[in-house]
Amino acid sequence: MIQVESLSKKYARHVAVDNISFSVEKGDIVGFLGPNGAGKTTTMRVLTCFMPPTAGKAVVAGFDVFEQPFEVKKRIGYLPETPPLYPEMNVEDYLTFIARLKNVPSGEIKTRTAEAMERCAIADVKSKLISKLSRGYRQRVGLAQAIIHNPDVLILDEPTSGLDPKQITETRDLIKGLSGAHTIILSTHILPEVEAVCRKVIIINRGRLVATDSVEHLKHRGVGNTIQVQVDTAGNADAQAVRQTLEQVPGVSKVLEKALSEGRMIFELESPPDSNPRADVARAIVHAGWSLLELKSPTLSLEEVYLQLTGANAETATGIVDGGVR
Amino acid sequence: MRNIWTICRRELYSYFVSPIAWVLLAIFAVVSGFFVYIISAGFVRASLEGQMSGQSFPMNLNEQVIAPLFSNIAVLGLFLIPLISMRLFAEEKRQGTIELLITSPVHDSQIVIGKWLSAVLMYSALLVVMVADCSFLFVYGNPDWRPVATGFLGILLQGASLLALGTFISTLTRNQIIAGAIGFALALVLWILNWWTSFANFAIQWPESWINPVELFSFVMSVLGLVLNYLSIANHMDSFSRGVIDTKDLIYYLSMIFIGLFLTNRSIGWLRWRS
Repeated sequence: MIQVESLSKKYARHVAVDNISFSVEKGDIVGFLGPNGAGKTTTMRVLTCFMPPTAGKAVVAGFDVFEQPFEVKKRIGYLPETPPLYPEMNVEDYLTFIARLKNVPSGEIKTRTAEAMERCAIADVKSKLISKLSRGYRQRVGLAQAIIHNPDVLILDEPTSGLDPKQITETRDLIKGLSGAHTIILSTHILPEVEAVCRKVIIINRGRLVATDSVEHLKHRGVGNTIQVQVDTAGNADAQAVRQTLEQVPGVSKVLEKALSEGRMIFELESPPDSNPRADVARAIVHAGWSLLELKSPTLSLEEVYLQLTGANAETATGIVDGGVR
Repeated sequence: MRNIWTICRRELYSYFVSPIAWVLLAIFAVVSGFFVYIISAGFVRASLEGQMSGQSFPMNLNEQVIAPLFSNIAVLGLFLIPLISMRLFAEEKRQGTIELLITSPVHDSQIVIGKWLSAVLMYSALLVVMVADCSFLFVYGNPDWRPVATGFLGILLQGASLLALGTFISTLTRNQIIAGAIGFALALVLWILNWWTSFANFAIQWPESWINPVELFSFVMSVLGLVLNYLSIANHMDSFSRGVIDTKDLIYYLSMIFIGLFLTNRSIGWLRWRS
């Protein structure tokens, strides 16, 4: 649904987006993750045809954003960081205007407006002035604005920023409810949001693509193919013996002692990426007459992965690029 | 066409739902009413004096009331027009709604024309008050209606050209006050450009010898005077309020409108490249 190929956007003084490529399948919810100033909003603005890219290509819903922006605009719904609302209008009039603006056929404007208000739970404030609405309601009016013409692609820039916890949960549920019919990209720097809502994550930092993967894969990333086992030998064997036993299991390449206490030991086993020695490890331990208390593959929280990827190493790497451009 | 109307309608909604439209209408009604009263009172006194002294001066409602009325209203427009055009794009930029318009399936030119059209309609709403003023002259007098009609056309064209320039200025800032101030300054400059030509006698003074610096200077000044005189917005109303539609003036207004809208369109394009 969305293909981005080596997209760059340079401003007069700095590079906001530097050669990023990714693609999003139809019906996906993708989290666009990065620290403030990473280039999230810029990328979204290119995708929504607000501004043209400096280099590279972006295709949305089958149309190039530079060659056929008009066709792209018909097929996207966009919620900028601050919802684009006219405070002097009331909610229903505003949505009617948006429906006209987005080329909804005249006969359908009424039903579409009602439908969008229904889906975003704002029907109860439809005759209120937008200037009188609370932050949460404004955000929902913003969402209604984005979905009113039933777009193929929804682009939401920090849809939950500035909301209270209850509103955040409601907005997330609303977005989850919208998936399936729409392909959704949402940007955020709130990690639990990505875990709660998205299937796939695109992480960028300082304008460069750091990772693009599913949430599950990302959590395993940086850990490699590691298994953690906890063994209770009941005093029958020492760590050395257990270690030797584990090392002999086919598919285990390395054994590390993590924690050793009286009778209870934790080991970390590493194995080549394509092997899965878990069953063999379990069997070997039981065969030796020890108890297997725990066997798990440790996962990092998304938070840790994120910090790893956008942390110090990433910064020095992009620092060179920045220097080169100046 | 539908898109232009959509944009235009929303702008009119904002004018009339906020106090702007009503404040402008009130100011215009009071000031134009004052003009009508002063000018027609002067006319009545002059004709009474004429009768009492036994001499009969040729009195003409069109020349002595309606023409000066239109030129006064044209000056009033100078003050009110920046107030109409200043919010058009500045407010969209401040609120962030410009992002909505640009990412919607409408062409930049449709946004520009729709907004300008709404400003012109807003200005026309003010002129409706003028229609009421003038109708009294028709009730109590017998003026020729044709100069009145062309006068309205002239006022409207002048307003439309200043509004086109004002729309452009409004794209340059996110602050309405700045847009209004610059718009007013520009209107004023366009107004007083022809004061320059008070010294010139509306003819190009060809130098007898091209080397004589004094003659050369007066040649350059006379050409400059003619150019500035044409560029000045003040003179182009006169023929309209006399009932004459001069192509020269019509072209002036239409090209002002075109330049203003063209610059606005480019400015929006420029905005998306650099913003």
